[in-house]
Amino acid sequence: MIVATLLPFAIGAFTLALLLNLYRLLRGPGLADRILALDTLYINSLALLILVGIHFRTAVFFEAALVIAALGFVGTVALSKFVVRGDIVE
Amino acid sequence: MQLPLLLDLLVALLLVIGTAFALIGSWGLARLGTFFKRLHGPTKASTLGVGCVLVASMLFFTFRPGSSGVSLHELLITLFVFLTAPISAHLLVKAALVLDPGARPAPPKERGKATRA
Repeated sequence: MIVATLLPFAIGAFTLALLLNLYRLLRGPGLADRILALDTLYINSLALLILVGIHFRTAVFFEAALVIAALGFVGTVALSKFVVRGDIVE
Repeated sequence: MQLPLLLDLLVALLLVIGTAFALIGSWGLARLGTFFKRLHGPTKASTLGVGCVLVASMLFFTFRPGSSGVSLHELLITLFVFLTAPISAHLLVKAALVLDPGARPAPPKERGKATRA
């Protein structure tokens, strides 16, 4: 019961966090800032998906969250590697 | 439909802690001054926040009436996020140092060099 009343606020807070990340993504002075913002964005959206899953009491969002986690990490590694080496696959 | 009160409280507490940490991490990312300061927020606070939310979800789906046993999907995600967050942070710092070599701190003075040689 407490969880049910709390969940909308938690979802709202995570939405606010996503907006803050978007602000850094659009504004960030350097390339590294934008990659960091993307990294945080996918972590927060993963948590948001889990919260929505609790809210609707379904388990279908786990797989989506897992795919976001895996592909987000690959994306961060690829972008950083591109910045460091100038190429992704050498 | 309903969880026992104690479990409900525990899940709610984990949700509050996790949400607070994630929000503080994102706030730090938006607010702090330089890149290396900004890196603190997402790499520590946000990861812990997401971990708390995932543990809350694990408790919720394990103990809700009508659940079929322990829910371990979230443990998989938690483990993955906690393993990959330091790696991506390390790669990000390397990328930032390539983009701005002047940000690298000066090496410490070698005081013991004369005695070692």
